[in-house]
Amino acid sequence: MNVIDLAWWKLALTAGLVLLLAVTIHLGRLGMTRSLLVAAVRTVVQLSLIGLVLEALFAVGSPVWVLLMALVMLLVAGREVMARQGRRLRGPWAFGLGTGAMFVSSFTVTVFLLAVVIGPRPWYEPQYAIPLLGMILGNAMTGIALSLDRLTEAVWRQRAVIESRLMLGQTWRQAVGDIRRDAMRSGMMPSINAMAAAGIVSLPGMMTGQILAGSPPGVAVKYQIMVMFAITVGSGFGSVMAVAWGSRRLFDERERLRLDRLTS
Amino acid sequence: MEETPGSLALENVAVGALNAVSFSVAPGEVVCLSGPSGVGKSRLLRAVADIEAHQGAIRLAGEAQSSMPAHQWRRRVVMVPADSQWWFDTVAGHFDGDLPEDDLAALGFGPEVAGWSVSRLSTGERQRLALLRAMVLEPGVLLLDEPTSNLDAERARATERWLLDRIEARRMAVLWVAHDAEQIARVARRHVRLVDHGMEVVRECD
Repeated sequence: MNVIDLAWWKLALTAGLVLLLAVTIHLGRLGMTRSLLVAAVRTVVQLSLIGLVLEALFAVGSPVWVLLMALVMLLVAGREVMARQGRRLRGPWAFGLGTGAMFVSSFTVTVFLLAVVIGPRPWYEPQYAIPLLGMILGNAMTGIALSLDRLTEAVWRQRAVIESRLMLGQTWRQAVGDIRRDAMRSGMMPSINAMAAAGIVSLPGMMTGQILAGSPPGVAVKYQIMVMFAITVGSGFGSVMAVAWGSRRLFDERERLRLDRLTS
Repeated sequence: MEETPGSLALENVAVGALNAVSFSVAPGEVVCLSGPSGVGKSRLLRAVADIEAHQGAIRLAGEAQSSMPAHQWRRRVVMVPADSQWWFDTVAGHFDGDLPEDDLAALGFGPEVAGWSVSRLSTGERQRLALLRAMVLEPGVLLLDEPTSNLDAERARATERWLLDRIEARRMAVLWVAHDAEQIARVARRHVRLVDHGMEVVRECD
């Protein structure tokens, strides 16, 4: 299985295509030349850096460094979940909730795949561990951010309804039951939709990459199925946990709605 | 302050700007709450329902609010806020069982109201149905925040009579926020006026 390496000057050819698009945009006054160029430069810089990091990581192969890398990825994803919410919980909860839910769901699923399903030796082999964790974490991040945002936004808008339901003697779980279900659902929809459309509407990126890299399509398909299941499970359980913990935090021990615990 | 068995008792309750509010309401009794807007009438009701954090002790039939889970307290002490909220599509969705026909008739509805879509109800209709929704839970205490504010005079009187009739029959203790002096005279034996930071009892039993 040989992969054709890309020479840097050949990459520059594709960059030339991007420049061509930039010129067209500029002449057409679409007003996004700048953001296109900045984004293109960021892609080059960010991916080159992560390439260097991964090369070093694969060369060392020590579990400490793999763990460290995994932690950095988790913290960055946790910050991203926090940043994507219109109204977030005050204090350390905003960061802790999303990060905690992502940690429990993504790490469990990744370790399960590594130790039980794929079984590389050693099981933390960075070539398998880091890309898998990256994909699962990235999707869990999207799912958890969506579901938490949906939860806090809906509770904020429907506070009068929630309090009315509490006044009629409902428990806090009953009073936000619909909202919780809605929020959990919105966190799971992207990965369920992706599974439904896989192979018909879109060829998933990971499978495409593996085939380009020379894998037989049969093997690539099996990996893709496994990864899609893992992504769905990771973002599904992540959303359920984040919404369960987040909605609990919106009520105090006397089951009062505490919107003062959200930023406005 | 003397307490009849089974009554609702407030002792040194403080919420918002209100301080040291103490009185009790006997079963079957209506106590009206009045005061300038913004003085904290609704907040006091919310404190009694334990929807809002507050200081002081609130007891029902000798049992402290804090001694039972909040939703159990609120099943016995039901508040009807000034703006009623509806979250299912039909009226019937908001009731556990059938809507009692004699109550509906007293409030000016036919039995077909159960199937009505909530979005077609007028403000006044919502207000009356919200009262019925609380009443069918058969609470020990009812907290009413201007329960007839959206009704015309005639309908308001009919709704008042229905409320007083049920309150009497079920021996509920009732806190009733009202502005209209005539209504207060009609429904309450006692009237507590909230003033800045506190309260004064305007009229003891006749």
